[in-house]
Amino acid sequence: MTMLSAEHLNVALGGRRVLRDVSLQLAAGHLVALVGPNGAGKTTLLRALAGLIPSVGVIKVGGEALAGLPLRERAKRFGYLPQGHMVHWPLPARDIVALGRYPHGATDPARLSPRDTEAVARAMQAADVMEFAERRVTELSGGERSRVALARVFAVEAPIILADEPTASLDPRHQIDVMKGLRAAADQGVLVIVVTHDLGLAARFADHALVLSQGHLASQGAPAVALSEAVMADVFRISAFRAEYQRETVIVPWAEI
Amino acid sequence: MSAQDFTIAAGLAARRRLGATVAMIALAILLMLISLGTGPVRLSPLTVIEALFGGGSDVSQVIVREIRLPRTILAFAIGAILGLSGAALQGLLRNPLASPSLFGAPQSAAFGAVLVIALGVADVRSYALPVAAIIAAFGSVFVLLMIAGRNAGLLILILAGLAISSLAGAATALVMNLASNPFLVLEIAFWLLGSLEDRSFQHVAMALPFIVVGAAILLSQASAFRALTLGEETAQSLGVDVARLRLFVIAGVALGVGGAVAVTGTIGFIGLVAPHLMRPVIGHDPARLLVPSALAGSALLLAADIAVRIIPSTSDIKVGVLTSIIGVPFFLYLIMRERRALGGGVA
Repeated sequence: MTMLSAEHLNVALGGRRVLRDVSLQLAAGHLVALVGPNGAGKTTLLRALAGLIPSVGVIKVGGEALAGLPLRERAKRFGYLPQGHMVHWPLPARDIVALGRYPHGATDPARLSPRDTEAVARAMQAADVMEFAERRVTELSGGERSRVALARVFAVEAPIILADEPTASLDPRHQIDVMKGLRAAADQGVLVIVVTHDLGLAARFADHALVLSQGHLASQGAPAVALSEAVMADVFRISAFRAEYQRETVIVPWAEI
Repeated sequence: MSAQDFTIAAGLAARRRLGATVAMIALAILLMLISLGTGPVRLSPLTVIEALFGGGSDVSQVIVREIRLPRTILAFAIGAILGLSGAALQGLLRNPLASPSLFGAPQSAAFGAVLVIALGVADVRSYALPVAAIIAAFGSVFVLLMIAGRNAGLLILILAGLAISSLAGAATALVMNLASNPFLVLEIAFWLLGSLEDRSFQHVAMALPFIVVGAAILLSQASAFRALTLGEETAQSLGVDVARLRLFVIAGVALGVGGAVAVTGTIGFIGLVAPHLMRPVIGHDPARLLVPSALAGSALLLAADIAVRIIPSTSDIKVGVLTSIIGVPFFLYLIMRERRALGGGVA
């Protein structure tokens, strides 16, 4: 079932065309890796899909036009995880996760309905952050903070999760933790779109890969196909080691060409 | 930790916050009673309560209800709106150094009011004064937030605030410079120092409606400040209309600060200090800080206004001077604490 689609999407920022004629159809229950060199427009595409920046073209969420949805309704459909997991005040982790219920009208973490409390607890268990529920996020390590951010996105219980480089600056163990968490969400029927520079993680965890190059979609499809040798050469200007390990695709960027 | 455990922990934190808020209300009431009893004729809190409710001697009734009550009401309301404005601006900008006075809002409001007086278009007690002050304050906060953009660092905010307050100060100086009448200059100058002396119920009527509306606007946005903890983009993805929120905050601060300045002149740094006093007890949640910050602002201004009446001096000390003398060193202390963030690093 198509959960999210875009037709002829164009975005200009400050007079510069950042996205050119991007069309895509993404299905529920898929984990989609959005890859491309720096400046290709990955974050811009994510923001446009969530309706956070103006765009030209038609975006549909579950068959409904995004442009016709009020802010609150949009917020219920997208869990948006920006780069950097910025938290400006030292609030307890639980309060941060509870902000995921904001689109559902639960604006005060101290007065959650039983339904919202359960959703928060579920999200915290899924991201494995229950043990530091009462600790201030600013006192947590980078890895722990990224899991709190993930829990916050899960708490929205949206049909679509958009994650912008959720594994950046994490150690290998936490990278795998985060990807597994997102994979599990996809397995439960959520459409998950992950921006990443890690082609290895993309090849291994994603069902579908989108390759952006200078604002247009250069390739898309199953990771092994979409990240072909030709695409690696044309878009990333690298050669890669390719193999299969435990029946999963392995791609290791190897040399510049 | 289980789901139940964290519900209990959250309940305990909520009780502590409620306790602190009740204590602040009690403190504000106590300070109001002391304020009503302080002056050339000292009255005990009991006599004050008696007089307030129509008992005691005629003299004490006149002193309490007609002379000192307007001053006390103004100190309470203006302290509250300054504390609330500071907490709201800090919430909007996710920045503990934000406050109306650092952004030049009171200075701009004062310019608006001074211009009206100097031009002679209106009497000192007409509504033209608060309206001009509000328009000028609105302009200053609007320009500041325009310059700040979406994710302004501390440095940009403070430099822009400095520029705006300097400009407002210069413009005010120019008006005084060009004023034909030396008595007018003296009146403007004294009034700029910020004082609550000899204020009547007419002044209360001039300021209070604007302060109440401004406070209501700021309080209505409480939960949006909490969502902003995650940054503007994420807050928007959660359903917060950030552009509208900014406009509401500008309007609320301008109404409150403009209304206040129009009757008392500039009283600075209450808005900066109040939220900081409450964070250790209330926590950092910007939504929960609003009401306690307002109460802390009231307590601070009431205490300062009592102090200027008690401190022995040859001529009257103006309350605005006192709050700045105490507030600016506090500001320096905050700069020292935020040094890392100011140095350009990400805190």
